[in-house]
Amino acid sequence: MIAPFSGFGLGMRPVHYQDFLTRDVPVDFIEVISENFMVDGGRPLHVLDQVRQRHPVILHGVSMSIGAADGLDRDYLEKLRRLADRIDPLWVSDHLCWTGTGGFNSHDLLPLPYTEEALATTCSNVAQAQDALGREMLIENPSSYVTFRSSDMSEWDFMAELSWRSGCFLLLDVNNIYVSARNHGFDPIDYLDGVPFDRVRQIHLAGHSQGRTMLIDTHDHPVPDGVWALYDEARRRAGPVATMIERDDDIPPLDDLLAELDVARLRGRAP
Amino acid sequence: MKLLQLQEQFRNYLLDRPSGVVAEISGDLDVYHHAYRAQLLNCLKDTFEKTWSWLGDHGFEAAAQAHIKAHPPSAWTLNVYGEGFDRTLAGLYPDDPEVAELAWLEWTLRRAFDGPDAEPVDQAVLASVDWDQAVLYFVPTLRLGTVTTNCAALWSALATDAAPPPAQRLPAPCGLRVWRQGLSVQFRSLDPAEERALRLALAGADFPELCGVLAAELGEQDGPAEIGRILGLWLQDGMIAAISDRPGDRLPLSE
Repeated sequence: MIAPFSGFGLGMRPVHYQDFLTRDVPVDFIEVISENFMVDGGRPLHVLDQVRQRHPVILHGVSMSIGAADGLDRDYLEKLRRLADRIDPLWVSDHLCWTGTGGFNSHDLLPLPYTEEALATTCSNVAQAQDALGREMLIENPSSYVTFRSSDMSEWDFMAELSWRSGCFLLLDVNNIYVSARNHGFDPIDYLDGVPFDRVRQIHLAGHSQGRTMLIDTHDHPVPDGVWALYDEARRRAGPVATMIERDDDIPPLDDLLAELDVARLRGRAP
Repeated sequence: MKLLQLQEQFRNYLLDRPSGVVAEISGDLDVYHHAYRAQLLNCLKDTFEKTWSWLGDHGFEAAAQAHIKAHPPSAWTLNVYGEGFDRTLAGLYPDDPEVAELAWLEWTLRRAFDGPDAEPVDQAVLASVDWDQAVLYFVPTLRLGTVTTNCAALWSALATDAAPPPAQRLPAPCGLRVWRQGLSVQFRSLDPAEERALRLALAGADFPELCGVLAAELGEQDGPAEIGRILGLWLQDGMIAAISDRPGDRLPLSE
């Protein structure tokens, strides 16, 4: 059996395009937001083609709406398939959420109730997506600000069942676990204890902000101590696993993110 | 509550419509209510950066909130959410037409930015073209609009952080073309002869028809000279993707 990929990478955002085009950036992979490149042509695809010659690429989506009760958008799947065929990514991922219904798209990662009905819907959608893409997907745990009274299983049980039933792999966002644990009052270690780590192919690390009543998954701060500590716990359970820093707002110079990634390398390689 | 019904109720909450979702949850729904609007506002600010600068925070955000309320997004991509924002601005600023025209220019440049690629025609082929039957095909990012204000000058000043000139109406409506040359988006104000020729060409007129119209309007001497100048401009600007001189091979025209 081939060992799963286990390097260290960064999310590539437009402010750093020039760095990635002109420097030898010491990362094992980059991750990009798929939708930014699901376009007809022009500079975004030109940049991605160039960067792909230097680095393996992961396509990370925000708009598949994998938990939508009224199904997936075929045009979206076709465009994602075309991009994946062009880029030959390490893998394609998206979030455990829904983004809209009935012709409305919120462009936000909206929460799902963790019920058998939602699990069946999501498994069916994952199967359709994996079939359309011709490859297995990774599904990421979201951060959330509400829970549903109808939920009759934990998020980690839902993720585990989703992976076993649909064959998808998991992308574990440690910051999202930290944020949701604080917001909903569960123990993040219970979450990690419930994750089937043999299904985890990637870990995201990020920062968050304190909102009015809850922690908000803003991705606009360095990785805080509490998230690093949870990463150590996840790594102990996962073994070597692809890990990246995800920064979406208030983005610092690339060298700052590389320094933060060095911390991940040190902690990620600790026994 | 079934999943579909629950998601519809959640959508209704986000859109300020009657919703029963509150009874189904515990936590802070307001985070989602705020994030939905903030995301769309940021999208409009990113797409219409110069219009934002021209209007200022207060004016732009009020217009954006009105647009968001009237136009919930339907596409999976935020890339198209700016479509129609110029019309919202035209309604809100009927006495300041430069606002909507500046937004139209920004929107059209944004669409050209990641529009379809096309190589400009190799000028070496020009000598072998049968111009009596030639049809010009433009790069697919080319768009032609008509403006009544100095929105192009405003855009240029705002792009360089220079103090923008006062808004002015032009002496007469003017054509403005937007396209992408290689990876670089471009725009150019047109003189009446070029606007006339481009409108005809985009409507499907072949090269002899362009020559005939300009000759009829400008005279047998100036007409051909003008069409030569205009063709030279289009070639130099990388606007022409193909020239067909075999009627059976005609390509679909650009929009």
